[in-house]
Amino acid sequence: MQPNDPAIRWAEEPKLGLAGKMYLPLFFQGLTTTARHLVSPKVTVSYPDQEPQIDNPLIYRGVHRLNKDEQGRVKCVACFLCATACPAHCIDIVGVESPWPDREKYPESFTIDELRCIYCGMCEEACPVDAIELTSLYNLTGRSREEMVFDKEKLLSVYDETKDKEPMRSLPIAAPRPE
Amino acid sequence: MYAELILALVKIALLVGGLMTAAAYFVLLERWIAAWVQDRRGPNRVGMPLTKIKLFGLGQPLADGLKFIFKEEYTPAHVNRGLFVLAPIMILASALAIFAVIPFGSAIPGQPIRGWLGDDSDRPIELIAAPGVNVALLYVFALSSIAVYGVILGGWASNNKYSFLGMLRSSAQLIAYEIPLGLGILGVVAASGSLELDRIINVQADTGVWFALAQPLGFVVFMIAAFAEAARLPFDLPEAEQELIGGYHTEYSGMKLLLFLVAEFLHMITASFLIVILFLGGWHFWGITGAGEAEVTWLSAILRIVVLMAKIFLVILFFMLVRWSWPRFRFDQLMNLAWKVMLPLGMVNLTAVAITVELEHTMGLSRWLSVAIGWTVCIAGWLAVAWAAPLAGDNRPRRELRPYGIDSQV
Repeated sequence: MQPNDPAIRWAEEPKLGLAGKMYLPLFFQGLTTTARHLVSPKVTVSYPDQEPQIDNPLIYRGVHRLNKDEQGRVKCVACFLCATACPAHCIDIVGVESPWPDREKYPESFTIDELRCIYCGMCEEACPVDAIELTSLYNLTGRSREEMVFDKEKLLSVYDETKDKEPMRSLPIAAPRPE
Repeated sequence: MYAELILALVKIALLVGGLMTAAAYFVLLERWIAAWVQDRRGPNRVGMPLTKIKLFGLGQPLADGLKFIFKEEYTPAHVNRGLFVLAPIMILASALAIFAVIPFGSAIPGQPIRGWLGDDSDRPIELIAAPGVNVALLYVFALSSIAVYGVILGGWASNNKYSFLGMLRSSAQLIAYEIPLGLGILGVVAASGSLELDRIINVQADTGVWFALAQPLGFVVFMIAAFAEAARLPFDLPEAEQELIGGYHTEYSGMKLLLFLVAEFLHMITASFLIVILFLGGWHFWGITGAGEAEVTWLSAILRIVVLMAKIFLVILFFMLVRWSWPRFRFDQLMNLAWKVMLPLGMVNLTAVAITVELEHTMGLSRWLSVAIGWTVCIAGWLAVAWAAPLAGDNRPRRELRPYGIDSQV
């Protein structure tokens, strides 16, 4: 691109007045800005002493949970869409024939490796029945790698733990729609 | 004889210990100020060792020091080993040696202490490691120039292009700014008639007019030059983390790096001492510290130390606030400021001071009139510099040139 290209918009420096050339406005601007920030409220959260405020738990991406339907059964239908969508390949599902009449399959086992997971939320988006969701639990720790592989019972217990604070994204599927 | 020797050793121990501790705690203060200015909290976790007492993070310097001691001290294979080791030692030694002639108070009543040491004279004990050096300012200047050697040797011995660039920048910068620094001091020397720091404080205490009030232009010139000499922002081109990684100490690690960093803080402390002693009245404060030649009592001695330390603390606080207030100068701006602004302003100040001092001696010019002259010269000089605007350079690309023309400009 040449300097006389019409697409270039040349911005002119603002002309300095006498005060500007004396550096006085810059001097006082700089000092007042720093002095103001010196005493302004701090944004740091002192974590172990102070819990962070999560603005909207519904869109926070923390530990996973497996939702239950109104009869207490796991909502998952073992369709494998979450496992397919997962970029970290951390979801492992064994689907078997469902004992219930309203679906064909259900997960016999459902494990998520919380250490491999990158908390991107794609499983949540892929799920057609809103069975897998990310909660706002952020302080996940464990003493071994095995402990951090969450199985179906653990994921369902996360649901029990968080269902009051964080409602499901979609309401449970109500009675069949009138024909 | 032995009494003097013991006193000198005690003063040296107090000074070196105090300075090292002060440097460590000023690092903590710098980190706090940096954090607060950026709306963070800063280090507030490390407290008493082996307990859970946090003490606002006051244990941090100890932790930092331990960290530095236990870090691997890596010497790259491509360095000039002798100079590489010499540089940090040199810079720290010269930074510490400067304090031999800098008073850290006025004096304390000597009788009881001298009595213990078997000395029956009742002269007060001056709070300087080397009292009565009548070329103290020259000594300070000589040693602060040697500090440049530490930087140059460090950058040269590192055999690394970032270190080398930092070294080149700092040698040019420090040498350029020594001239306005000297011109700023010359006004004080002319007005007080002495190179001895104690005498300079006494003159200010006796007249009650600090030199910052009598020669504001000299104060401004000296202050800016002192910032540049201490290589603090906005003049920190020798280090310039964003451009040069660490400048001249890029290749250093462990204790050697610590020596460089401590020396940098000592330079800042030295600069604060000089600013306070030369221009802000040293230990003098109107109405509470008494005249320079007055008999020292314990009360006035302690008051003077407190006043001096408070002033130095405030100046250092200003140093640290300035760091976050203004952007770094470009190198051409830095040099323009030194040679086209500071140097003429220093000359103008020196001339004005020389004339007023002469008039005071010969024609009995009143002190207040000379203060008024000082302020007039300051405002006029500053206005003249602003009007001439030597720093306002136009470095936009020349639009009428063909692209190859622009390239050739670069």
